Amino acid sequence: MLQELAQKLVFGILVGGLYGLAAVGLSLIFGVTKFLNVAHGELLMIGGYAAFWIFTLWAVDPFVSLPVVALLLVLIGFVLYKLLFARMVTLTEDNKIKNTMLVGFGLSLILQNMARVFFTADDRGITTAYSGASITLFGVSIPVVRLAGLAVSLICLLALHLFLRKTYTGKALRATVQDWEAATIMGIDIQRVYLLAFVIGAALAGVAGALVAVCYSISPTMGLDWTLRALVVMVLGGLGSIMGTFIAGLVLGVTLSVVGGTWREIAALILFLLVLVLRPQGLFGTKEG
Amino acid sequence: MLAIEGIDVYYGDIPALREVSLKVEEGELVALVGPNGAGKTTTLRVISGLLKPISGRVLLEGRPLAKEPAHKIVELGISQVLEGGRIFTGLTVLENLELGAFGAKARKAKNESLRWVFSIFPRLEERQAQRAGTLSGGERQMLAIGRALMSKPKLLLLDEPSFGLAPLLVVQILQMITEINRQGVTVLLVEQNVRAALELTNRAYVIENGRIVGEGSGEALLSFESIRSAYLA
Repeated sequence: MLQELAQKLVFGILVGGLYGLAAVGLSLIFGVTKFLNVAHGELLMIGGYAAFWIFTLWAVDPFVSLPVVALLLVLIGFVLYKLLFARMVTLTEDNKIKNTMLVGFGLSLILQNMARVFFTADDRGITTAYSGASITLFGVSIPVVRLAGLAVSLICLLALHLFLRKTYTGKALRATVQDWEAATIMGIDIQRVYLLAFVIGAALAGVAGALVAVCYSISPTMGLDWTLRALVVMVLGGLGSIMGTFIAGLVLGVTLSVVGGTWREIAALILFLLVLVLRPQGLFGTKEG
Repeated sequence: MLAIEGIDVYYGDIPALREVSLKVEEGELVALVGPNGAGKTTTLRVISGLLKPISGRVLLEGRPLAKEPAHKIVELGISQVLEGGRIFTGLTVLENLELGAFGAKARKAKNESLRWVFSIFPRLEERQAQRAGTLSGGERQMLAIGRALMSKPKLLLLDEPSFGLAPLLVVQILQMITEINRQGVTVLLVEQNVRAALELTNRAYVIENGRIVGEGSGEALLSFESIRSAYLA
């Protein structure tokens, strides 16, 4: 009984890292641009398929191809931003959220259906030589690929943290989040900051998607689930805190894993509503960002 | 150095500035005074490029600024302190100052500019590692001005730098502005504290209902009857 619970806890933490990674991308884009990109899950899906095909066609290890997948998503993010999102920069905050949600829904349907046409509706997964390997600790089994997935998530978030804290561009990004007008008169071109946040967010989604393809499975319709999870985690964690968002991802992962069965989605939504009512700035958010 | 010629600005259908013209010569400290809603802030926002006028020209050393986006105008030598300072409260004092030197040229001279700003505002040096949100009102205003100086501007635009400060601090901030001007930075100052502003400046413009209604030396305006009765009573 206790061992079963420990096992669920471990599985929850392992998947929670991916929730965190998916949510940090969404949260970064939302925090900087106030664009709520509800096609974020589809970006994960694209990342997943990219890793899958690179592995299937050229036998490149999915952990090795991660930088390529990230770069591909930077390109896709760039094109989507220029085509669809750039024109919404001058809207008021409310209208930005509304309009980007509508555009995002349309985009997610297009991407989903394209994926179904090109890749069929089958579930896919990447099975490497080491996919079955696991470590057993006190009777709790830890799959090696999922552990590696958690480690990659942590490395990505640490890199993002250092970028935001230590580089000039990162500081400009944080300044833009706080006060875009004051940032503008510092000489910061906020259009470029928005684009940068968008492509970084897309790249993080791509990496998360590739990890999903290795650790679990992908399908053309996976996007909506991931968008919703990322949204829940973003709200749980609160804006402006990378570590907060990551921990919120773990919290959601563990909650879903421990509750299990048909109750899991309900538990996630109850958690979501509780936070919205009791602590709208999120578990770890601050008012000043 | 700066010339504004016949600027018209509308907020929707409502005129905010009508035919506003003014000049600031190199090395001057010029004040723009007038009642609330007269168009003082709007004028500054047009100069820094945050607002584009529907007609008229803004010239910096003879160069028209109409086509330049706001983030480029900083690099041309105009730096603005927005109303209320608008420092980045979640960033440290040092990070705020670093962002003031964001442009490529300013970034190269960052360390030198930092020493200069710390020499004017020693308090900022003591507090450099602190989050800007923890500063007092006076310190926030110092940081806002210091941040604007980090781009080594030729022209500094100040929007009500003394607003909301205790009288003693007002005097202190205005003294610092005089000192900055004495060190070679041209200043255009918007102040609601009319008497203090007029005592401080070489020259001032009076703006009402979006129009310039008076111009003269600070002393002359101080003795001007309508100004005495409107602002100094």
